[in-house]
Amino acid sequence: MTEPIPEVIFRDVTKRFAPSSPPVLEGISLDVARGEFVSIIGPSGCGKSTLLKLVAGLSPCTRGQITVNGMAPNKARKLVSFVFQDATLLPWRTVEKNVALALELEHRPKAEIAATVARLLDLVNLSKVGKSYPRQLSGGMKMRVSIARALTTKPRLLLMDEPFAALDEITRDRMNEELLRLREEQDWTVLFVTHSVAEAVFLSSRVIILAPHPGRVAHSIDIDLPFPRTAEVRESDAFDDLVNHTSRLLREAHKPTSEAHRV
Amino acid sequence: MTSRTQRRLILIVGSIGVFALLLLTWQAIIHFGKVPPYMLPAPLQVAKTIVARFPDLWGSTLITLQEAAAGLALSIVAGILIALIFASATPIRQLFFPYTILLQTVPIMGVTPIIIMWIGAGLPAVILVVFIFCLPSIIANTTQGLISVDENFMHLFQMHNASRLQILRTLRFPNALPYMFVGIRISSGLAVIGAITGELFAGSTQVGIGGLGYSIIYAMAQLQTDYLFALVIASIVLGFSFFFLVMFFEWLALHKWHESAAASRTDA
Repeated sequence: MTEPIPEVIFRDVTKRFAPSSPPVLEGISLDVARGEFVSIIGPSGCGKSTLLKLVAGLSPCTRGQITVNGMAPNKARKLVSFVFQDATLLPWRTVEKNVALALELEHRPKAEIAATVARLLDLVNLSKVGKSYPRQLSGGMKMRVSIARALTTKPRLLLMDEPFAALDEITRDRMNEELLRLREEQDWTVLFVTHSVAEAVFLSSRVIILAPHPGRVAHSIDIDLPFPRTAEVRESDAFDDLVNHTSRLLREAHKPTSEAHRV
Repeated sequence: MTSRTQRRLILIVGSIGVFALLLLTWQAIIHFGKVPPYMLPAPLQVAKTIVARFPDLWGSTLITLQEAAAGLALSIVAGILIALIFASATPIRQLFFPYTILLQTVPIMGVTPIIIMWIGAGLPAVILVVFIFCLPSIIANTTQGLISVDENFMHLFQMHNASRLQILRTLRFPNALPYMFVGIRISSGLAVIGAITGELFAGSTQVGIGGLGYSIIYAMAQLQTDYLFALVIASIVLGFSFFFLVMFFEWLALHKWHESAAASRTDA
């Protein structure tokens, strides 16, 4: 029996924004299996968001290679959806029309679009505000619209760039639970960037810690808490232990190393 | 709620009061100061002239209205087309954008005689003057709106393999609408001023018939100061009408989603 190919493969990936500038990411090698929920955590400026943009094919690798389901990132976009830090909703479109955007751009038939939009708005509990404009919604609601839009194209891979960073803690916790609930219905692989350790541990099957200057993989921590995870998981000792363990490793990764002093 | 309505009522009554006071002062200066009517006609005299010469006034206003509307409409169409070209081709924008600023700094009073020399006095010359007046701010603002699209939106559209036309139609153009209306609003005031300026030079091919600008020259030559005042008032009313008409369309297009249009609604 042959092993299925990993969903995302990073092979010795290095990224510089200009040929002479220092690398933002250096020598990243990483396999993400189909169905994994991988969080990438690290301090600001360690290249977390850049890493996602490389996987999305929005920016090319300087050296090394990334494949998504065996394809070059810019060829694999049909399988991928991106959720940005701000909800990135078009202010002149209603909630419904915002959710419909991705399907419209792909020229899907009107009836199919209407059915998908209705189903996804129902899934994120926003059917009532379909005719509202984004400025009338709260931050959490906007993010749910953004996630609904990302799911319309039935992605295999979801790239999420600190999607809940701007939300208050209670809303963020609730959105985390909701995201896991959605994932039970649609089985996507997720690359999730965050700087909240608790969020990363709660959501993920694996947490990757990036060290800064240049961004590189410092640790990979398997989170063996059983799915489905509910709010009670946060109160368990196992959860606390994993959060403490991850926080400790994150702090170590931040410490200026001798290498950093040399630069 | 009641206090808000009350405050509004006080504001309206106050505004009318201030206006009445100004008119009274004006009338009083004439009455007690013995100012000759050819220097400063009394407000009542101006009002009488407006009524008596209403057909002339209305005719002149209509001519100026046509010129201003035609020039503004042409500049909106041309301005948006040029902005679309500027937004889709950076090298062209870099080469030609400075000329739109240059156009804005051209003293139109100086250029109007040249235009009349080239294409002759008459309606087309005045429309062209209005067009030149209105064009720069529409180009500048619309271009700005078309190119200042948030990077995340661009990435979102790229992720779904959107074509250039889709990006233009679904993202850039709606994004530019609020900017475009700022440009049109500025130009709407300039359109009437431009038409009157053009008429000062281009005048009319028939004696006694022409737009507001032509009639202003005519009334001045005849020392019909009361009619001159009536013409200036008509010009102001026309300029205001243009401005408010554009404001109305702006509200119509933006009030549902745009913060500024929505804010003005809650403030009121």
